[in-house]
Amino acid sequence: MNISTEAATGVTMQAQATTFAAATQDQPVKLEVKNLRFKYQNGHEVLKGINLQLRDKTVTAFIGPSGCGKSTLLRTFNRMYDLYPGQEVTGEILLDGRNILQSSEDLNRLRSRVGMVFQKPTPFPMSIYENIAFGIRLYEKISKADMNNRVEAALRETALWDEVKDKLHQSGLGLSGGQQQRLCIARAVAVKPEVLLLDEPASALDPISSAKIEDLIGKLASDYCIAIVTHNMQQAARTSLYTAFMYLGEVIEFDRTEKIFTAPSNPKTNDYVTGRFG
Amino acid sequence: MSISSRRYATNRVAMVLCTAAAIFGLFWLAAILGTLLWNGLGAINVAIFTQMTPPPGSNGGLANAIFGSVMMTLIGIAIAAPVGILAGTYLSEYAGNSKIGEAAKFINDVLLSAPSIIIGLFVYALLVVPFGHFSAWSGAVALAVIAVPVINRTTQDMLALVPNALREAAAALGAPRWKVMMFVTYRAARSGILTGVLLAIARISGETAPLLFTALNNQYWSTNMGAPMANLPVVIFQFAMSPYEDWQRLAWGGALIITVAILALNILARTLAGRRAS
Repeated sequence: MNISTEAATGVTMQAQATTFAAATQDQPVKLEVKNLRFKYQNGHEVLKGINLQLRDKTVTAFIGPSGCGKSTLLRTFNRMYDLYPGQEVTGEILLDGRNILQSSEDLNRLRSRVGMVFQKPTPFPMSIYENIAFGIRLYEKISKADMNNRVEAALRETALWDEVKDKLHQSGLGLSGGQQQRLCIARAVAVKPEVLLLDEPASALDPISSAKIEDLIGKLASDYCIAIVTHNMQQAARTSLYTAFMYLGEVIEFDRTEKIFTAPSNPKTNDYVTGRFG
Repeated sequence: MSISSRRYATNRVAMVLCTAAAIFGLFWLAAILGTLLWNGLGAINVAIFTQMTPPPGSNGGLANAIFGSVMMTLIGIAIAAPVGILAGTYLSEYAGNSKIGEAAKFINDVLLSAPSIIIGLFVYALLVVPFGHFSAWSGAVALAVIAVPVINRTTQDMLALVPNALREAAAALGAPRWKVMMFVTYRAARSGILTGVLLAIARISGETAPLLFTALNNQYWSTNMGAPMANLPVVIFQFAMSPYEDWQRLAWGGALIITVAILALNILARTLAGRRAS
């Protein structure tokens, strides 16, 4: 009894302590979005002039009701939308000052620099080891020993190593949902991207796995420019330094997370973060 | 009360009708298999696998016919599998909703149910008439023409079952499209596609009509693909129609061999498909 009460208090206290990511010195801008508009094939405009910046080594959260364009916005950062025909994008997305929306952009190279993790875990139908080696092999030719080190490093970075080190050559599909999602994150960081896009990475997981993913995001924040889409407001508050509140294809408010959640300047933002709509 | 008792009654009637229909169907299947076993088992001995098809009134076996069937089926599938898999890949992954893709899918489905005798006549005009004689090659080609639409269709279906999220995940690592296809999509659909190939083998190994016009038959042992070749379905047809009792017994034996072989292929295919599902 005592132990469990203590553990529970510990968790609450920790949760309170990390309610907002520590406010540190602002990092340089990594990715800048200028007047971005996005139209689907059916003519429906989902993004109506987005302007914002993602800072390096910083977590930026995107919140807003379903259908507001958060995921679509995320999918423009690695031009994922290009897999499907007929979509129209205007404006600029500057990655280190270079516009990635130009037609001359090498999409495969771009995606190796801007990694992405999806809502549902998507391990490839191959072994845990191969799941990670696959991405590394795409752009690097390295020895077997180096590959072993890279795979281990990626699994350690995502706190998965101890759980899978004895079954590296078993199928990735045999892992639990939470482990699969961490494998997907490991796979994404293994190729050493500069930007990491997380599209509701924890929403399909149980609370414990979800907490592990959040921990992981906190750790990764010191190395990557991270953009996370989430429906979970506590998650946005806990993990991010900046938050963008989106509504109907527009960024209503973009500011320090602490300000968005405690003193938003737009009444709509206030309504959303206090749970009055959305 | 009355509503629920009426529903019980309706349920009863429907259950009885369904059961009766199932028994009706299964009865004939059991009758056919039973007759086949009853008449065929007596004809199975070592000689049937080692001796040639005999003239009426003397002892013999089906060795040349079994060999011919295996040869033509294997060569037929060796032609059909790559063509069918590549065509299915194109139609499912690359043609999208283009007019030519839709037309090709439709024509393939028509071909899937084309009477096999028509395909036999087609290959007769294509490969038998110009060369002036029947040949095992033309038999193999006729079987290939029958197998291609089967493999094409199953490949399309199996690739359609691979979730898009998996392709996106691979593309998000920076994998070019062909690598996504080769290393992720095919791997995810592998056992399904293999099942399709096995079912196509089962389908063509029992075909008679296309071989009547192409490979015809051969009383002797022949490994010459440029000459007529014996094969089980045509031998069964010829022997079963004959008035000689020893020929009829061999026909029963051949029928049993084909049936058991096809049954084994189907069981193998189902096992593979089942393993994919789990």
